[in-house]
Amino acid sequence: MAKIIGGVTSSHIPAVGNAIADGKTQEPYWKRFFDGYKPAQEWLQKHKPDIAIVVYNDHGLNFFLDKAPTFALGCADTYYNTDEGWALKPVAPFKGNVPFSWHLAEKLVDQEFDICTCQEMKVDHGFVNPIRALWGTHDVWPITTIPLAVNTVQHPVPSALRCFKLGKALRHAIESYEEDLKVVVLGTGGMSHQLQGERAGLIDVDFDLECMDRIASDPEWLTKFTNTEIMRRTGTEGIETIMWLVMRGALQDNVKVIHKHYHAPISNTGAGVLVLENTFL
Amino acid sequence: MTWTKHDYEDIPGTYVFDGKHAYGAYPLNKLLFSFCDEANRTEFDRDPAAYCDKFGVTGEYKEFVLGKDFLSMLRSGANIYYMAKMAIPRGTSVQDAGAQFQGITTPEFQAKLSARAEGLVDKLKARGGYWLG
Repeated sequence: MAKIIGGVTSSHIPAVGNAIADGKTQEPYWKRFFDGYKPAQEWLQKHKPDIAIVVYNDHGLNFFLDKAPTFALGCADTYYNTDEGWALKPVAPFKGNVPFSWHLAEKLVDQEFDICTCQEMKVDHGFVNPIRALWGTHDVWPITTIPLAVNTVQHPVPSALRCFKLGKALRHAIESYEEDLKVVVLGTGGMSHQLQGERAGLIDVDFDLECMDRIASDPEWLTKFTNTEIMRRTGTEGIETIMWLVMRGALQDNVKVIHKHYHAPISNTGAGVLVLENTFL
Repeated sequence: MTWTKHDYEDIPGTYVFDGKHAYGAYPLNKLLFSFCDEANRTEFDRDPAAYCDKFGVTGEYKEFVLGKDFLSMLRSGANIYYMAKMAIPRGTSVQDAGAQFQGITTPEFQAKLSARAEGLVDKLKARGGYWLG
């Protein structure tokens, strides 16, 4: 049976891709941010998951506003990263696992998560940059991937609680797959930031750190906030942190905290890396 | 037509991108979305006004695009991620745009970001369990 080994969170800011591509990861601005990924990279090297389910939001590459699904699952053999107009150089395509995707879709719909299935799905920096930060950049990626896109761009956006419940349904979907696969779930995006309006530049370190600690030990804490409360506190783009709850919901109630890394400011954000391990390992 | 009011509308300096914005600025966001394609970016640069016409971006929306008035574009319903497709390839980073929104320089904007994280390492130590390098 498929098994979830744990979950990892990562920022997905576009500048991460350029810093890697331009060889700047050891420059003073970036060094602390990237060095803090090393324990996460080592954990992934040690446990060697077969598949990463990457929870992220599309920023206007695959989806335009003509159709904006709340939750969308990739069901393709290959996922392409293409020009998204942000001066980011596209990376090599990612390999999918179609039968596993359709199993997940079936089991999620069984549990009343009526997810949008995508047989073609371009993946943007939100998906690509966490993978690059965690596995390095490759012509042939060392991990099979399944994109799970959450609408955090056009309101109404699903609630933190809904994301947590999706994670719980995702856990059941993964663990009911008959093939012996080791799965890691990535929760990406966040943490506090606001790019738009006169309030741009907002970062709330205290709230971010409380989120990091609570998502590890008491994730229901974050599910009690409304989206307006989260945006008021952490910025309109800070709402992305609700996607971490999809990852957390997919894990056991009690997890082992392998690694916690937080850095701010990086680009316009507070950035957090959590590595949470399911204890049955 | 009555648009439902929301509790996020009183967040200062903030334009939450919802159906009202997405509906009103649909042609504008469609134009911005087209910038995922290099050929479209080039076509826009050749004749921005004609490119606006092609997408039905008219009136004040068109004025804001031609004037590269990013704050007014936002207020009128441009989505920040779509707007970045116009700004970034033309040398305006998201931080430059943030500075423009506040009428300050980019270094001033960056200094404000850094100030938000003052005392970070002490906070990490106080909480415990964080990677400290």
